[in-house]
Amino acid sequence: MSGLTVEAVTFAVGGRTLVRELSFRVADGAALSILGPSGSGKSALLAFVGGHLERVFAARGRVWLGARDVTGLAPERRGIGLMFQDDLLFPHLSVGDNVAFGLDAGVRSRAARGEAVAQALREAGLEGFARRDPATLSGGQRARVALMRSLVAAPKALLLDEPFGKLDAPLRRDMRSFVFDHARRRALPVVLVTHDPADADAAGGEILQLGTPP
Amino acid sequence: MGNKGVNPAQALALALIVAPTLAGLGVTLAAAFGYLPALGSAAFSLDPWRRLLAEPGLWASVRLTLGVGLASTAISLALALALLARRAPGGWALAALLASPHSAIAVGLAFLLAPSGWLARLASPWATGWNAPPDLALVGDANGLALTLGLIVKETPFLLAVGAAARAQFPAQAELRAARALGHGPGRAFAFIVAPQLYRRIRLPVFAVLAYGLGNVDMALPLAPSHPAPLAVLALHWLLSPDLDDLFVGEAAAALQLGLTLAAAVAWFGAEHGVGALGRALARRGARGFWLDAALAAGAWAGVATLALGFASLAGMIVWAFAWRWPFPLALPQSWTLALAIRESGRLAGPLATTAALGAATSLASLSLAVAWLESEQRGGQRARVGAVCLPLLAPQIAFLFGMQTVLAWTRLDGTLAAVAWAHLLFVFPYVLLALADPYRALDSRYARAAAALGVGPNAALWRVKLPLLRAPLTLAFAIGFAVSAAQYLATLFAGGGRVATLTTEALALAGGGDRRMSALVGLSQTAAPLAVWLAALAAARR
Repeated sequence: MSGLTVEAVTFAVGGRTLVRELSFRVADGAALSILGPSGSGKSALLAFVGGHLERVFAARGRVWLGARDVTGLAPERRGIGLMFQDDLLFPHLSVGDNVAFGLDAGVRSRAARGEAVAQALREAGLEGFARRDPATLSGGQRARVALMRSLVAAPKALLLDEPFGKLDAPLRRDMRSFVFDHARRRALPVVLVTHDPADADAAGGEILQLGTPP
Repeated sequence: MGNKGVNPAQALALALIVAPTLAGLGVTLAAAFGYLPALGSAAFSLDPWRRLLAEPGLWASVRLTLGVGLASTAISLALALALLARRAPGGWALAALLASPHSAIAVGLAFLLAPSGWLARLASPWATGWNAPPDLALVGDANGLALTLGLIVKETPFLLAVGAAARAQFPAQAELRAARALGHGPGRAFAFIVAPQLYRRIRLPVFAVLAYGLGNVDMALPLAPSHPAPLAVLALHWLLSPDLDDLFVGEAAAALQLGLTLAAAVAWFGAEHGVGALGRALARRGARGFWLDAALAAGAWAGVATLALGFASLAGMIVWAFAWRWPFPLALPQSWTLALAIRESGRLAGPLATTAALGAATSLASLSLAVAWLESEQRGGQRARVGAVCLPLLAPQIAFLFGMQTVLAWTRLDGTLAAVAWAHLLFVFPYVLLALADPYRALDSRYARAAAALGVGPNAALWRVKLPLLRAPLTLAFAIGFAVSAAQYLATLFAGGGRVATLTTEALALAGGGDRRMSALVGLSQTAAPLAVWLAALAAARR
């Protein structure tokens, strides 16, 4: 058994139940898009899966990666990558060091790590950018670096929280195919949260509509 | 106009703050080489240095000064960062420690640590076997540990407060989440991602803490050893000596203090580079170890203990001030009295009034000047650097305040309340400006533009739109300024020519003596005055 399984999630904030007994499964290399207006709890649902949910939410349910129950684990022990609307490149580290900070610790030698970072930047079309300050990059370049940083950590699943929301239209198209190509190539289950149906079309998988808040 | 430099408000601030500091430093350096025409010495000589270098114990004093300054700064910074890695305590909880003058914390801590103090009492006789106060030098130990601890107790909450403000300026929480999604534990995520960005924003306060740790006398008088004393204390004794020759030696010692401060700052710069390079190398290696989680948790507990020690120092003074019969080793007095407080309240009324007047006047003046500075900066469309006016916080006080006094004496201003207020302004204005700058610059400029669109001129918009919107930061900046003024010791002593008494000068005059109740009473009123203003400001800001 593989893929990402979410089982009977219920959570409430301030006594209001946002999601009730929700279950879904995303196979390796497939994508699930969660659509819903703001306040419907879609970002909180993603945070629950990644282990980042703040304590103000009373949440219940289980998260499985393949046959492994990761529900009780801290986010850093789940192996679930996360991308946000903001690229959140760390401004005090160079582009290469941002990627290196994400790179799986299993890649040990300095030479191997350097090569892995260079390879990731090549895949992002940013060969030779390793020493650059992230502030000198364009929005699209930054978003690609952020994705590569997530991928080199060798996650078992990828969560995307409105990752294209801040890009303008042509860039958004390029970035969509960039993200989903990479995820498919690595056979990652992807959960995408968005309010843009075009994102869901590009993801090409199932669509889950979360209810409107009262 | 091409006027890219300084606008009138900034020019005034530079003239009021930086000019006297530089003049004071200049006088000190000249006098260290025997040149002080005001005292009839118009020839350069190396005699002050010869006498200073011949002073027995000078090098022990230098070592003590450097050790205390560097260790207290590094430890305070580490504790504050460890606390910031957690959900750090907010404004109300820290107010008492932030508002208390350094010397009040020092006096309170000396009570705690003394052989007959609270800590010994709480551990006696069950743990120590003491039935009488032991004969131990727990305060004023030769290594300056008590002084180092005192500085840590006072500076950790300060760095915590400026750090909390800095953390609000970048998406620290989201970056932590991003780092943890990459597989890094919370400790590594904080240490490698948040801490460097935080540190970059609080460098100036850190260097101020370093300069103060090296050069303070107000915490050193109650807590430091006297043989060897820290260099600044040695310098002070010489400067206050009636013997004219001693004065030149004191100026040489003050100049040496300036040199030590510069050397320590250079060493700190080096350490910044080293730690930064090491951090980036470790981040690049991408190891996912979790020992930093434990280290930061331990640091946070040590930080909480430090804050608790600060509160205990203040609480101890309340007990001492009203204790009547209190035999060792009881933890609390057997009987209490208000007699001393009532008898001495008359004597303290004068210094209290002077403290309040100086605090209110300098804070208000600083607020006006800071608003003028920031408003002209916005209208001119150019950000001015705040660094220059912080010179008084970064230079050792002993190295320019006495020199400033000689300048004041030359203008016949010395010994007046106005002179003391001016000397306080050197410290109050930078803190007020720093407290106000970020909120002022962050204020959404669309408010002012909306007002302009309604036909309101820029001055009316300032009064009717901006200042009301900034009420909370303005009141807090006032409280900070008041507390800074209330804490000033050397500035009051020198500019006042010993004739202007505030609660802080009273407290330090009592520090050497044995009257603990009186010391406690003064220390308490020293804390109560700025704390009352601080709490009122917090309450007003909330409304």
